[in-house]
Amino acid sequence: MNTLILRTVAPFITALMLLFSVFVLLRGHNEPGGGFIGGLIAASALAIYGIAYGVSAVRRAIRFHPMAIAGFGLLIAVISGVISIFAGVPFMTGLWIYPTLFGVEVPLATVVSFDIGVYLVVVGAITSIALALEERDHD
Amino acid sequence: MAAPTSTPVDLSAALVLAPATFADWLVVLPVALMLGAGAALMMIRHRIDLHGLLAVPALALLVLIDAALLWKVWSGGPVTMTMGRWLPPFGIAFTVDLFGAVMALVAALAALAGGIYALRDIDTSGRRYGFFPFLLLLMAGVTGAFVTGDVFNLYVWFEVLLISSFGLLILGSEREQIDGALKYAILNLLGTTLFLIGVGYLYAIFGTLNMADIATKAADHRGSAPTITLGALFVLAFAMKAAAFPVNFWLPASYHTPRIVVSALFGGLLTKVGIYALIRIMVMLFPVEREELSLVIAISAALTMLLGALGALAQNDLRRLAGYLVIAGIGNMMAGVAIGTEPGVSGAILYALHSMVAMTALYLVTGEAARLGGSFSLAALGGLYVRSPWFTAASFILFLAVAGLPPFLGLWPKVALLKAALDIGAWWLAASILVSAFIVTLALGRVFLLAYWRPRADDAPPAPRASMTIVLPIAGLVAFSVVFGLFPESLIGLSQAAAEGLADPSAYIRSVFPGGAPIPAGGAP
Repeated sequence: MNTLILRTVAPFITALMLLFSVFVLLRGHNEPGGGFIGGLIAASALAIYGIAYGVSAVRRAIRFHPMAIAGFGLLIAVISGVISIFAGVPFMTGLWIYPTLFGVEVPLATVVSFDIGVYLVVVGAITSIALALEERDHD
Repeated sequence: MAAPTSTPVDLSAALVLAPATFADWLVVLPVALMLGAGAALMMIRHRIDLHGLLAVPALALLVLIDAALLWKVWSGGPVTMTMGRWLPPFGIAFTVDLFGAVMALVAALAALAGGIYALRDIDTSGRRYGFFPFLLLLMAGVTGAFVTGDVFNLYVWFEVLLISSFGLLILGSEREQIDGALKYAILNLLGTTLFLIGVGYLYAIFGTLNMADIATKAADHRGSAPTITLGALFVLAFAMKAAAFPVNFWLPASYHTPRIVVSALFGGLLTKVGIYALIRIMVMLFPVEREELSLVIAISAALTMLLGALGALAQNDLRRLAGYLVIAGIGNMMAGVAIGTEPGVSGAILYALHSMVAMTALYLVTGEAARLGGSFSLAALGGLYVRSPWFTAASFILFLAVAGLPPFLGLWPKVALLKAALDIGAWWLAASILVSAFIVTLALGRVFLLAYWRPRADDAPPAPRASMTIVLPIAGLVAFSVVFGLFPESLIGLSQAAAEGLADPSAYIRSVFPGGAPIPAGGAP
């Protein structure tokens, strides 16, 4: 599958899809979207890059092992749930802070950080599977 | 939701407004701890030297938290925490009663023993495959199943522990392991699917999946909905998980293939989760349906214990033999469910506690016997008594405990079950318990005779001395059997109180709905 056309386009598609996955992740807070579907889009982006340039190129590009990314995501999700212990409310209760950045009020919530955790778990797990399958293909 | 709203909203209609105290948090902490620790180990997957050093303290902490939880439940009744503060039944509730708390604590003890044993037993390649992260995530699933108060959530924890168990099962990717894992995976997925279908059916009938809610509404729906079908589905699904006859064949096909400590944890914990779910759903939620199905369960139980015992007698491989002993134990617990009276259920709970400890210890002893004797085969083993008298003494105690002979813990659940069976006039069930125990005694006697007493044929060089990571877990688990065998009152009292809480779940329901009945009984039409 490593034709000249795919090799030329793949970096752009990958970059665009990764950007879009973050958009979908953040959009999911109030509208359709979210961490799961965003993570799937990001994993597909990495899979396309892998098809064009090979698995080792993807592994170099993402620096961390996919399973480590998934573990990091799971940890973020758990921590987002446990934070509410300090507010005297049950596990996984959404907590909000409203810092002002550059004159704009930005609502931040443990709901979002939980979703980011989901995003990373999906990216890590699916990328790990995709890379393993592509590796077998080239053997 | 952009800024804090100033318009008054009646939050008490949707949210739990009482502040969550630390004691309430004890319900969630065991699961959160295992998930978090497992995730952290996944992140440092290359630092395999740190895995054991982090996992064992995490498991020890789990034991402490579970003990605190048990103490809290024992002194103050069931505890509930609803995720995200939503009012049950809409929020997912974690509700722990005595049954769940005591099972979680004993499971954590067995897992801690397994974790310590694994420090030496799991080599570099096993660690690289992720033994310790999988172990912690498995415990997240097992603990989650014991503490949840929601049927669908129970299914989710089943999936969590199932997926971790796949990982543990194929640690090392040997041909034999993949073969065993395939059978295990397919049959367990089948059981899980049946469970899921049952959950869907349950939701269609009741319009709720909260256990306390179902328990209050079951009486209303009994006349109009096919609850017997539902009960039969659940019994079949959980019997598959617990490896009861006739859906037990996956266990002997797979449990002898993985590392010995993995077998120990599976034999000790996983089948007991199936029994736990069976008791929770059928005894607490659907007692009338359980009564209707009791003959089927009883026949299955009698055949399971006899088949398990006979299978153990026929085996030459120690690991396969232990697998059949697990099945024989499952038959005893099923008998308690079939009897269904309070003494019967309390006997089943006590048996489950004993079995979690004894089966984990039995597999660990098997592993140590193979290390000393160089083989798992009864034909090749011999002279273990000469090799290590201390180990022989520990094994002997454990064998007596597993067979249900006095004065160890195995005796009391069998006595309780026998009495409960005779009380309701099920003499044939009582007889099969006795016959099964007799055959198990023969099977273990045969192991002792061949592997321990018989002089060794060849003069193999003696194995190196056992390290503390082997001695500690075996000694600890055997000590549990001895101490609670000699002083069983506390454990018997616990399981009786747990059975009372299941027979009359009003305290459980009050803990979920402190203000009385939730939404007026409605659900699906």
